[in-house]
Amino acid sequence: MIRVENLVKTFGDVIAVEGVSFDVRAGEIFAFLGPNGAGKTTTIKMLTTLLRPTSGSITLDGLDPAAKPLDVRRRFGIVFQDPSLDGDLTAYENMELHGVLYHVPRRVRTERIQTLLSLFELWDRRGSRVKEFSGGMKRRLEIARGLLHTPKILFLDEPTLGLDPQSRNQLWTHVRHLNETEGVTVFLTTHYMDEAERVAHRIAVIDHGRIVAQGSPQDLKQQTGTESLEQAFLALTGSSIRDERVDGADQMRQMARMWRR
Amino acid sequence: MAVVYILWLREVKKYLRSRPQILASLGQPLMYLLAMGFGLGPVFQKAGQGDYLQFIAPGVVGMAVLFTSIFSGIGLLWDRQFGFLKETLVAPVPRLQIMVGRTVGGATVAMIQGILVLTVCLIAGFRPHGLASVPLALLFMALIAVVFAALGTVIGSTLRDMQGFQLVMNFLVMPIFFLSGALFPLADLPPALAVATHLDPLSYGIDGLRGALIGQSHFGVAVDLAVLGSVAVCFLALGARAFSKIQI
Repeated sequence: MIRVENLVKTFGDVIAVEGVSFDVRAGEIFAFLGPNGAGKTTTIKMLTTLLRPTSGSITLDGLDPAAKPLDVRRRFGIVFQDPSLDGDLTAYENMELHGVLYHVPRRVRTERIQTLLSLFELWDRRGSRVKEFSGGMKRRLEIARGLLHTPKILFLDEPTLGLDPQSRNQLWTHVRHLNETEGVTVFLTTHYMDEAERVAHRIAVIDHGRIVAQGSPQDLKQQTGTESLEQAFLALTGSSIRDERVDGADQMRQMARMWRR
Repeated sequence: MAVVYILWLREVKKYLRSRPQILASLGQPLMYLLAMGFGLGPVFQKAGQGDYLQFIAPGVVGMAVLFTSIFSGIGLLWDRQFGFLKETLVAPVPRLQIMVGRTVGGATVAMIQGILVLTVCLIAGFRPHGLASVPLALLFMALIAVVFAALGTVIGSTLRDMQGFQLVMNFLVMPIFFLSGALFPLADLPPALAVATHLDPLSYGIDGLRGALIGQSHFGVAVDLAVLGSVAVCFLALGARAFSKIQI
């Protein structure tokens, strides 16, 4: 379903992704794991047409995202790592807008929005503006929105960041259900190894822009001679802590806060 | 069409929900209208140019439309900042539709703002020379709004963050306003200034508004319409191009 070969992305003289190759089969749940700044989000951005690769090739359901962005966009859904809601609109309006953007017919849309908002316990607050929501509620809404249409491929970029165990459980149950009943291929990243171990059929570990291991959770544990995926992950990527590059967006976020005062 | 509509609706809703901002953005045009309109009035009169309030009101309306529309385009930067832009950019919708929805939405908001300022002008004592002039004035407001909402889209698509904003403000938006003849008549200007005013698209917008509202026009209303219409088409094309190239 997704085939990536020798993918490279550089920003100036920084190499974010350095010759990555992997395959995601149709109908599987694939976890893409790595420490902060390893190149996960950059890879997802290239897969989802938001960035053009410096070199290397991607095919997604047989199509090249750089050449046929619109056709590729018709095939996937995504829950971003960073917020992507409109704070001035209500929860319902955010869902509705998404439904229209993804051509979900009105009747299905109304029904799904109610189901999903109820599932993530936001139905009672559907008329409130999103900027009044807590961090956890925003995250839940973001996920509910990502599940509104049924894509062929669902990208989940650290979807459970900042979620309570209840919501995490809801999310993974729902994702598995989508995978089993609708055959949705899932591509996810997470820092919670227990989640990856629980839901992923196969895993790729990326570090410093390169794939360092690939296989089922079982394979990775065997390769490293460890007992849990967490230990396997640490064995593969080392235990030093990474820093992400601060970009212009972070600086602007700070300015935005100053402006609002 | 549904996509264009819902993005248009989003712009309008966001505007209507920011009441303090609506009030705040009335402040600046009001200041020009009252301080300049009444302050420079006697000098203008003595120079034999007639009533300055009558002269400046269309300029102030044009100014309100200019600022609101160009900022709506630059609002792209906020959407990039707060992440919402990503949501629209990965959607299976041609970017042209997204750009059109946003731009027409921004232009609509700018029109509403222009109508508010026009109303304030009427309260302050501005008298257009007839009701028949209103539809033509609205047409000019719409054209100004589209031209500068599209220009704002070009800027918002090109800048990556707020750092360049002051630059755009001081070297683009303010010159567009001051060189447009919003505050002074375009006749008998020094050559350099005359050239600059002829190159400024807002000159034709304000001249057209003046033609419609008080029957005084430097270029002639037909010329104003033709120039502004062509600039609108060019800027829309540029905006669509810039928007289609955005990477996150």
